[in-house]
Amino acid sequence: MQFSEKWLRTFVDPQLDSEALGHALTMAGLEVEEARPAAPAFSGVVVGQIVATDKHPGADKLKVCKVDAGQGDLLQIVCGAPNAATGMKVPLAVVGARLPDFEIKAAKLRGIESFGMLCSARELGLSDDHGGLLELPAEAAIGRDLRDLLSLDDTLLTIKLTPNRADCLSLTGVAREVAALTSAPLSVPSCEPVRPQIDDRREIVLEAPQACPRYCGRILRKLNAAAATPDWMRQRLERSGIRSISALVDVTNYVMLELGQPLHVFDDDKLAGAIRVRFPRAGETLQLLNEQTVEPTSDTLLIADDAHALALGGVMGGEESGVTLATTDVFLESAFFAPAAIAGRARAYGFVSDASHRFERGVDFALPAQAIERATRLILDICGGVCGPVVEAVSVADLPLRPAVTLRPARARRLLGIDLSNDAMASLLARVQLAVERDGETLRVTPPSFRFDIEIEEDLVEEIVRLHGYDEIPTLPPRGRLAMLPRSDAGRSVWDVRRMLVARDYQEVINYAFVDEAWERDFCAASDPIRLANPIASHMSVMRSSLIPGLVATMASNRKRQQSRVRLFEIGRCFERKSDGGPVAGYHQPVRLASLASGSALSEQWGVVGRSVDFFDVKADLEALFEPGQLSFEVLAHPALHPGRAAAVILQGRHIGIIGELHPVWVQRYELGVAPVVIEVELELVLQGLVPTYNEVSRFPIVSRDLALIVESSISAARLLDTLRKGASSIVKSIALFDVYHGKGIDPDKKSLAFRVLMQDAQRTLEDAEVDAAIAAIVSHAEASLGARLRG
Amino acid sequence: MENLDQLVQDAVSAFANASDGAQLEQAKAGFLGKSGSLTERLKGLGKLPADERKQVGAEINRAKTAIETALEARREALREAHLFEQLAAEALDVTLPGRGLHQGGLHPVSRTLERIEALFRSVGFIVADGPEIETDWHNFTALNTPENHPARSMHDTFYIEGRDDVLLRTHTSPVQIRSMLAHVERHASEGTMPDIRLIAPGRVYRVDSDATHSPMFHQIEGLWVGEDVSFADLKGVIADFLRKFFESDDLQVRFRPSFFPFTEPSAEIDVAFMGGALKGRWLEIAGCGLVHPNVMRFGGVDPERYSGFAFGMGLDRLTMLRYGINDLRLFFEGDLRFLSQFR
Repeated sequence: MQFSEKWLRTFVDPQLDSEALGHALTMAGLEVEEARPAAPAFSGVVVGQIVATDKHPGADKLKVCKVDAGQGDLLQIVCGAPNAATGMKVPLAVVGARLPDFEIKAAKLRGIESFGMLCSARELGLSDDHGGLLELPAEAAIGRDLRDLLSLDDTLLTIKLTPNRADCLSLTGVAREVAALTSAPLSVPSCEPVRPQIDDRREIVLEAPQACPRYCGRILRKLNAAAATPDWMRQRLERSGIRSISALVDVTNYVMLELGQPLHVFDDDKLAGAIRVRFPRAGETLQLLNEQTVEPTSDTLLIADDAHALALGGVMGGEESGVTLATTDVFLESAFFAPAAIAGRARAYGFVSDASHRFERGVDFALPAQAIERATRLILDICGGVCGPVVEAVSVADLPLRPAVTLRPARARRLLGIDLSNDAMASLLARVQLAVERDGETLRVTPPSFRFDIEIEEDLVEEIVRLHGYDEIPTLPPRGRLAMLPRSDAGRSVWDVRRMLVARDYQEVINYAFVDEAWERDFCAASDPIRLANPIASHMSVMRSSLIPGLVATMASNRKRQQSRVRLFEIGRCFERKSDGGPVAGYHQPVRLASLASGSALSEQWGVVGRSVDFFDVKADLEALFEPGQLSFEVLAHPALHPGRAAAVILQGRHIGIIGELHPVWVQRYELGVAPVVIEVELELVLQGLVPTYNEVSRFPIVSRDLALIVESSISAARLLDTLRKGASSIVKSIALFDVYHGKGIDPDKKSLAFRVLMQDAQRTLEDAEVDAAIAAIVSHAEASLGARLRG
Repeated sequence: MENLDQLVQDAVSAFANASDGAQLEQAKAGFLGKSGSLTERLKGLGKLPADERKQVGAEINRAKTAIETALEARREALREAHLFEQLAAEALDVTLPGRGLHQGGLHPVSRTLERIEALFRSVGFIVADGPEIETDWHNFTALNTPENHPARSMHDTFYIEGRDDVLLRTHTSPVQIRSMLAHVERHASEGTMPDIRLIAPGRVYRVDSDATHSPMFHQIEGLWVGEDVSFADLKGVIADFLRKFFESDDLQVRFRPSFFPFTEPSAEIDVAFMGGALKGRWLEIAGCGLVHPNVMRFGGVDPERYSGFAFGMGLDRLTMLRYGINDLRLFFEGDLRFLSQFR
């Protein structure tokens, strides 16, 4: 909410400067978001009257004016403004004046002397209007300082109000707070009843009393709706960010700002019969003042007459029944709408209004009768005319209740951690017009009708600490019962894992969790991804089921920035539909780890033959993450991956992720240039390490034998190794592959794999015969199972 | 005898002239070889009368020892020279860079989070987690924000298509509810529930996008619930954290009243630095407050018996302030030129 400080000071005028006042409000929970001067600094500008204009002899567009600045002698001033005319009163910057951008000196313009400058609004920084001189009112006193005339030494305060403080959505409300904080006296506008001069009245029927328990209305006639809004009112509205529209509308806005009560004026000639506050009938439509036509939902309150819907109650008036400059008779509405009946309604139609903003947060239900008198007085003063009596319809039983709230001061002290006496608490609460009654060691506190946020004890605790000052609460180091946090031996933290990847030259990235639907289709073959109902852009419209597409896109964008070697990882959630379980039924949300490596295996450096990173480089990175756990791999068909260069990652028989080279189709379509190798695994399993198990170290020598076996090319290394291990006796400690050979000396459809077999016994030195027997057993098992033969 | 001295001198100079092992051996032969000049002298000894033989023999032997010593010295010198040459030839340009893999880097937000987790762990906070696709109930209702509550307009929420009760969490606060419910269940049989002390970092989502807003960003939630937890404790933990995080003992920390549906009393936390580019300006950094009794009840905790505080901070904002980054979007663009600065 924005308003003029000068206006506020007509309600309450504490001995604080602007800055101190702003700080006091901020520290009481009314955050002053902005405090900006109403006009930039300038001096030496006074009201001048042009008493004569002559053409400049040397320039067509210039005029030579004689200006009365109240100094006795007339000043000669050369002026280029097209609207400069004899008789006009305008801002005159005299010699020595300081304007926002420059200083005024006596000068010769095309040979004619000029003693000052006549100013436009823009030259004074008052607006962007550069159409000509700023025309001042005819009654402005010649020679009067312009800052004084236009009340420019003012500050526009913008308060960021929290939703619980609707009572401060008015000058009166803010002033009440200032008075409570500073003890300065408060004076609120008079709402003396205006005596009716006519008997005309319109009946009011509350058909939905829970939604609208109080409605005041009054007829005013013989108005001049075209009357000009007085300057003081126009200025206060403008300094509150509200444009002046017409006298009638301006008065309703003015009273809303002043008191907090939204009002509405109907053209009385357009009304038929009684005013009915009711819910809509099927098929009813209404054209609003913002030219939008709505078909109100069944829970949207209407103001209607006997024939038509007229307005959305508490939200916005209708176009049809609105006032114009030709209107002479009006029906003035001042009502209380229950917050629950207004909340969310305007938003459902795609807008908010000043009225709905206030009503949904809570407007003082005692205010309508006062506000209608205030508005009547202002309308009659400005537009003339006469008024009828106020008709009030009220359903007392449906008005909000203000039950007393019990405060236990001892509990408040405990919650706040301060030592504040019961008396001090009572007096703080009384400062904001809460009625306090003592009841032994407790206080019974009754909130006023304008407070909608005092319902439970904590609400009072908040008032107390807010008014006492948050700065007064001590800052204590935390105390608690100490218990050590668990620290797993087997497991590793996500930070350990991140650091491992960093050590292997991967850069962490964080990609959006919502992605382009095409990515899900291309890389995950997901035909029915989890879509957002309201995405901000089509390329951010579905939830990712894999981290890989994001990494691929990040690689592509970096290659466009001339980064040819891109190695990335991300740890984040993926999202899949799943009928069961999980914390949110229907949605599986595992945290995964994915990496991408592309470009040269090592960064460009001397003394290294450059080669591109390949499947096995990345496989080593993956295996290192799980060490000492042992992964196994199976051929995998995956839409994102090269069909011959992709594997499922298996840990203890469980499929936990994938590794592979990106499919060439996507390398081309996403303009990657080179094929990256990617990994994606479940993070949870990366974090599960192993507790080491101890085996006795043998003192006896290790015997090593190498073994080359020829098998069909189609037999995988893992399968052969597995077979060898099955054929191994207990003295065999390890079998490790150390060479793979195709080519000369071997059938083209076969390959040779070489293994080193290490044998050892814990108790004695092995004899040659048992070593030979162990090797023979391994070989014969491989021969029998896979048709392997020893390479000669 | 003079010629023996001469002979030794000749040998020394011949050895000195030898520039490698072969030349030295050749020079040696000239004196000590089968027909070397010293060998010839020894051979001539027999022809001398017996009384002279002994004396002359001793002199020749002295000369021989001198020549051998000179020879050995020269051999050693040549070996050293050779080794020196060899080592000189093997010299590396030690200023050439090392080879192999370099280090990658953490994302700046991760870097920040790792420190924050360590700081809170050091006073007994655990790290909790929650889903990002969240129920409306956990994200709003259980946090004392019923449907149509004006506070809901403070969040522009992403909803999942076809569901009006499932959304992308707008804050990390739903973890408060999930953690309280789990904690209460775990300790149901105990007379007094141990304190809940946790932080919950993570991604959150709002319909918003400009230089200071991203539709996805990071928050870190904090929660401490126990038998006697007060607003003073909240101020203590937060002020301690912020000063440790920014490594600035004179950091100004200010608590100012505010409103959140799930805390009461609520506060915004502002900080002001005593130096640097942002010196003296109050910067909003977090929201906090005592956990609202309705939220405690939704979490299964009796608000009459227990009290607690919660806070929520912008992890990205903390990171931006820490490193002087001015555009939030940089965090999510994956530009290696930016990211690699945070190694």
